[in-house]
Amino acid sequence: MTPRRKRIVTVILLLLGMGGATALILKAFNQNLMYFYSPSDIHEGKAPSARSFRIGGLVLKGSLKRNPQSLAVTFVLSDLKQETTVRYAGILPDLFREGQGIVANGKLGADGVFEAAEVLAKHDEKYMPPEVAASLKANLNANATPTGKTP
Amino acid sequence: MFTHWHKYASLMHFHTLARRLTPWLYGVSGVLFIAGLISGLVLAPPDYQQGESFRIIYVHVPSAWLSMFAYVVMAGAAAASLIWRVKLGDVLARATAPVGASFTALALITGSLWGKPMWGTWWVWDARLTSELLLLFLYLGYLALQSAIEDRRAAARAGAVLAVVGVVNIPIIHYSVEWWSTLHQGATLTKFAAPSIATSMLIPLLIMTAAFQLFFFATVLVRARCEILEFDRHTQWVRNLVSAGYP
Repeated sequence: MTPRRKRIVTVILLLLGMGGATALILKAFNQNLMYFYSPSDIHEGKAPSARSFRIGGLVLKGSLKRNPQSLAVTFVLSDLKQETTVRYAGILPDLFREGQGIVANGKLGADGVFEAAEVLAKHDEKYMPPEVAASLKANLNANATPTGKTP
Repeated sequence: MFTHWHKYASLMHFHTLARRLTPWLYGVSGVLFIAGLISGLVLAPPDYQQGESFRIIYVHVPSAWLSMFAYVVMAGAAAASLIWRVKLGDVLARATAPVGASFTALALITGSLWGKPMWGTWWVWDARLTSELLLLFLYLGYLALQSAIEDRRAAARAGAVLAVVGVVNIPIIHYSVEWWSTLHQGATLTKFAAPSIATSMLIPLLIMTAAFQLFFFATVLVRARCEILEFDRHTQWVRNLVSAGYP
């Protein structure tokens, strides 16, 4: 084996070794790398009960209830399979609206209601002008076909 | 073909080539920057949800793309210097590192500025943001190694090993939004599906990406020329160049 070939093999082995080790580490920490749990995870009991965690999903249309005296709100988060009610008191981000994906940080109460300490809006990867969005919405309403697309 | 490759691997010829290419690259890049900024900031319509704030993608997306592209260039050059002992590999890796680090920092800063109004937070430790921050640390680690080790050859070899090992992070950054649930949104432009961005918003993005790309090449070539002159400063050709009034 020439010295050059030896160096090629060394570099390839180095990369394979690093790649393999990284893959194993990421696999071991897979749950920790998940930024949020879905309502289905909570329903299946995968979410931690004692400590705080994050929940992500779509704000169900028509589920947002504001307390007129304070900043307290309740809304229902859905992943199109399961639903979880979230309670929050604080300022909501600009992109928060019904039908929008959000991530909330907090604890699951004994009554199954998620007590959020922080609410973040999750933006999707779609960009379009307002007129296109309006005409899309008009078409959707005319056909009344659910898109079934998750954020 | 092999002799051809050898010719451009020689520092003197690469220096000549780089010197000839640089003004063209900067020129075309400048024209594209003007076209991209006008079409992106003035002509493109506002987004249906984010309003005018979405326009930061015209800086954020090209910087994020180049932060990864520059790393692959740096790691490739470093691998070439490790395997074939070509001096040009070392020169290109050293020239690329600070440029890549700058684009990484720019991507992180613009993302953070956008994140505050849109997400409601400057920073979250999700997989995409964390792996991009790791990329910045890889660049800084490479740069720190280069300045910490006095012996040029030892510095090149240590830096090259770090650069090659760190390339593992690139697919992690790219696929982080698919493998794990993240706050960062998924890819808008993918190879196989139609882009989920309106054409009037996409065209400025493509122009800006091309402008950034050419700017990157031009800057790397300028830096590589400095590295070459420093590396070959005791040779006759550099002396001739300087006595001929360079630059």
